[in-house]
Amino acid sequence: MNTASNKIARRSFMAALLAHRGNSLIVTGLGSPTWDCFAAGDSPEYLYSWGGMGLAVPTALGVALAQPRRRVVCVTGDGEILMGIGSLGVVADQASANLAILVLDNESFGETGRQRGLTAGRADIAAVAQGFGIARTMTVTEQSAAGELAELLFEAPGPVLAVAKIAITEDPWALPEKDGAAIAHRFRTALAS
Amino acid sequence: MSTKIHDWSTDVVLAMKARNIATVCTVPDGGLTQLLKMIEAEHSMRLVTLSIEQEGIGIATGCWLAGGRAMIAMQSSGVGNCINALGLPLAYRAPCLMLVTMRGQWGEFNPWQVPMGQATRPSLEAIGVKCFAVDKAEDVGETFAAAADLAFNSRVSAAVLVGQRIIGAKGFGQE
Repeated sequence: MNTASNKIARRSFMAALLAHRGNSLIVTGLGSPTWDCFAAGDSPEYLYSWGGMGLAVPTALGVALAQPRRRVVCVTGDGEILMGIGSLGVVADQASANLAILVLDNESFGETGRQRGLTAGRADIAAVAQGFGIARTMTVTEQSAAGELAELLFEAPGPVLAVAKIAITEDPWALPEKDGAAIAHRFRTALAS
Repeated sequence: MSTKIHDWSTDVVLAMKARNIATVCTVPDGGLTQLLKMIEAEHSMRLVTLSIEQEGIGIATGCWLAGGRAMIAMQSSGVGNCINALGLPLAYRAPCLMLVTMRGQWGEFNPWQVPMGQATRPSLEAIGVKCFAVDKAEDVGETFAAAADLAFNSRVSAAVLVGQRIIGAKGFGQE
């Protein structure tokens, strides 16, 4: 179950954050993080995914390695990142100064019926990140923290990781292009221009 | 045996350089020792040590989506950790290049290596990866080059399976 501390409304929160994006590249994890970013305003600089659970952070790391002068922000969920949690060790080992990770943590598997997730118990993803060697982390529980969080995600030297404790909400569907080749072509073209 | 390993590793590094493949993601294998040493020593290349092989699929895909070229080097047992992840490059129609050193195959000593070793090629082919098996050290470089060109030019996933016959089976003193 979503606890009382999870009160951030994801859609308006992501919109407030992405208003500070500048020219950062956004890599989204499957499911609601993808819908949230698309709902906030589509851009060719967003790399969406509809699958590959556990691979959002590695994909963002690959983008960050290939584009060292661009800021890369991975936006994903608690269940998604836990499936590939060792990748935080890879990110720390690569010391990716241009990479930031935001975990939208609703403590549940939202897409499949809101079943209880591991962060509803004792698991703390920011603490895990610290253990892997990502020195700068932040956990936010208030909508008003968007400005401070944006500074961390879009400006602070990476790698950094933030956890936003979000509420379980019923949001309107906002589905981007789902053809992977089309998503890939658009993103590559935007980076080449 | 060490001479053979050196030969194909050098060939692979030369083929990588000629194709601007600058990043190698790996969970190491004994059969990759020489290749990984050479990549670490190359200033123009980056070695990315993984916690599990599937991470390499994401990194290589992200790298290509952002204009770079990467590959994954792993033992055959690691292929089992990549199968669902391979849906990512396949869905993006992105190239994914793998160099796999085989276990559980030619004179294997360890029974725990046999199931995944025998399932490596069928598993990769089932998900849609083109496989190129090599059993002679002198053929590895050329095969790798052809697989890399197929992957990056035709945007498919391709795996070079370096036979255990080339690597040699280890016996832990019990052979």
